[in-house]
Amino acid sequence: MTSGDVILRMTGITKRFPGTLALHNVGFDVREGEVVVLLGENGAGKSTLVKIISGVYARDEGEIIFSGEPVNFEGVQQAQKAGISIIHQELNLLPERTIAQNIFVGREPTISWLPGVIDYRKMVADSREILADLGVDLDPGTLVKELSIAQQQMVEVVKALSNRTKLLIMDEPTSSLTKREIDKLFEIIERLKKSKTSIIYISHRMDEIKVVGDRAVIMRDGEYIDTLDVKSMSMDEAVSKMVGRTITHLYDRHYNQPGEEVFVSRNLTGLRFRNVNIGVRSGEIVSLAGLVGAGRTEVAKAVFGYDPILSGSFELFGRPIKSPSPDKCVGLGMAFLPEDRKAEGVILKMPVRENLVSACLSKLFPNGILNLALEKQHSERFRRELKIVTPSVDKLVGELSGGNQQKVVVGKWLSTDCRFFIFDEPTRGIDVGAKAEIYHLLDALAARGAAILMISSELNEVVGLSDRVYVMREGEVVKEFQRSELSQTAIISFAIAKEGDRDA
Amino acid sequence: MSEINPDGGISLRFLLDRYSRIMILAIIVAFMAATKPDAFWTMNNLSAVAFQQAPFMILMSFGMTLAIITKGIDKSMGSVLVLSSVIGAGFVKNGQFLAGIGLALAVGVACGFVSGILITRVGVAPFIATYGVEWVTLGLAFVLTGNVYIYDFPQEFREIATGRIFGLVPNLALITLAIFLILHFTMGKTIFGRKVYMVGNNFNAATLSGVNARKTVTMVYIVNGLLAAITGILYMARLNAADPGISAAFTLDSIAASLIGGTSFGGGKGSISGTIVGALIIVFIRNGMNIWGVHTTWQQTAVGFVIIFSIFLEATTQKLTAFATRRRRGGE
Repeated sequence: MTSGDVILRMTGITKRFPGTLALHNVGFDVREGEVVVLLGENGAGKSTLVKIISGVYARDEGEIIFSGEPVNFEGVQQAQKAGISIIHQELNLLPERTIAQNIFVGREPTISWLPGVIDYRKMVADSREILADLGVDLDPGTLVKELSIAQQQMVEVVKALSNRTKLLIMDEPTSSLTKREIDKLFEIIERLKKSKTSIIYISHRMDEIKVVGDRAVIMRDGEYIDTLDVKSMSMDEAVSKMVGRTITHLYDRHYNQPGEEVFVSRNLTGLRFRNVNIGVRSGEIVSLAGLVGAGRTEVAKAVFGYDPILSGSFELFGRPIKSPSPDKCVGLGMAFLPEDRKAEGVILKMPVRENLVSACLSKLFPNGILNLALEKQHSERFRRELKIVTPSVDKLVGELSGGNQQKVVVGKWLSTDCRFFIFDEPTRGIDVGAKAEIYHLLDALAARGAAILMISSELNEVVGLSDRVYVMREGEVVKEFQRSELSQTAIISFAIAKEGDRDA
Repeated sequence: MSEINPDGGISLRFLLDRYSRIMILAIIVAFMAATKPDAFWTMNNLSAVAFQQAPFMILMSFGMTLAIITKGIDKSMGSVLVLSSVIGAGFVKNGQFLAGIGLALAVGVACGFVSGILITRVGVAPFIATYGVEWVTLGLAFVLTGNVYIYDFPQEFREIATGRIFGLVPNLALITLAIFLILHFTMGKTIFGRKVYMVGNNFNAATLSGVNARKTVTMVYIVNGLLAAITGILYMARLNAADPGISAAFTLDSIAASLIGGTSFGGGKGSISGTIVGALIIVFIRNGMNIWGVHTTWQQTAVGFVIIFSIFLEATTQKLTAFATRRRRGGE
């Protein structure tokens, strides 16, 4: 364990977003030349925190002392200037530019006697030097689009470091890397530690954390929980601290005797998942649990015919489906409520009533001709039933709150005759009150004999609502739990890759 | 889209949104009537503009509007008009009217289908796809005609466009009215129309609602091809010639008419009735400036100003909407 000087000290960091308290009174230190691992479930506030450190967001309260000075960054550039760089989960490179151009983007060296003209030679030479320093074997003249994801990741690291970075933040840097590429990254991290660079590292992978981490800071529900020494901590200890919230009685499930198999998949393989064998029976709520990026949404979108199926098959209501398409699936009684509500669930610039009938047009108007009176009547009914808060069904959906938009999505699918529902993150970004209503609705749907496949990253709702749970990790189903076996700790221990588990 | 003012009362933005274009048209007509009463404000001139010149513009603009509502554009409309009329012309000259008309319509449908497939299946951007189709069709038209007009069609054929029902209402106006009513009804009152708006607003969300978005978009381009072919036949009958040279002007003017008519390049917004007003504005500007003896190049400039002005109006309306929303939210 390193015991250098404190380079970053945070105290009482608080951040509010409309409707939520994203961070509450968070504080910890980062020392020179150490790797601090941030641990927490999705939504624990890790990303918000590092965005505040790196100047993306402004904090509402609290103090940050960096290199001995109180700082208040307005924007990423200021933070970079001070020596804080962040590498996001999604890469931010210009694919049509060379490695050198990417490394120096925004601060290109210029020819001294020709102001404004970029000194490309110097750029390439400097890039070559930095690349060699880090032991990365890449030609700075290569176009970024020709690099593998891992190589691009290296370029991001180099880009961040070429800036005289004292603190480097990495947000799930290994999510798209192979084992060998990860080893390479760890090698670089070791070099950085030796040169006194500090690192804040966000990852869900326990094996990596053990390798690279010095101390682990655990966060939960926007609060700082504890700091553990990585070498001596046990995984169970860390996990129970990540998860350990008290479970409230939001979940009022009426379990039914499951009916016939509504959905069965056989070795279903798509772009980011393999050999998925799952089933849902009528009256059941079955969850797909796992971390972000485990391939759950991809399974749902492939089943709904939105993304391609590479091999394998599935049956819907006993009928084998060869090449699904969304319109076919809806016709057969499948509903899909996407995770990204604003982009995929509703049409923001259309009125509530047009959204509410958008999935049942041909059922409601069998001769193809719209009937405004019927449309109003129909949408008023769902506004009442789902308690959608809007002054009028003529209001644009975009003017409603998140929870009410989600109710419009739900209403849109309740209007159909669908009996198989896929809910992808049904409660993301909505307040507790609306959440409870959605849970109640899921239960009522199941009680009516619908089959429900729920994708959720909130373990408490997975445990609270499900008849059965499939856990996915890196594109595969790794475990099936019956209701009696369910616990958050059990689920998360399967969702997170364990030591020695990942020889790719 | 919405026929109902969600604010309940009459607001400035509602008035602007609904009536700004008609006001522009009225101002243009009033100005011309006041300044050139003897040339402009005559039954002859007005009926020639409204019933004989405007219909072509209006029909083409309908198609353009549909494409823009789907968040696309149809650069090929003018050239499809030319190609279908040139191909139909041979048969028409030989007196085989039905074969000629049928073939022209088929060419239009085929061109629209190709554009639609390129856009929805191959994934080419609408501008590029229809730009390509424009070059191919126009090239073919020049090859087929050897770069000379085909002219002098039988009188019976020309009756389609020049004739009058009961010796009173020009056929051309009647056909245009019929197509307007069909499209207006289709866009406002049928599932298909609703799907077109959905797809234009948000292709992914429409797809995930079970709308076959690709099919919808392809259908729109097929309808465009059909409209271009119909316009081509009428144009040929009216002017007694099939002329490859007219393609570009039609395409540009129809984009202008759609924009002035309130169709938004953002997709999902626009109406057939707005487009009629937009097309009439353009036709009256051109007519008025002809009467004033203004050169065609200046007419183009004037149309440009009207486009910019109408987009400015559009933006103002949207700002008012955003302001109204904020104010409401703040008051909650």
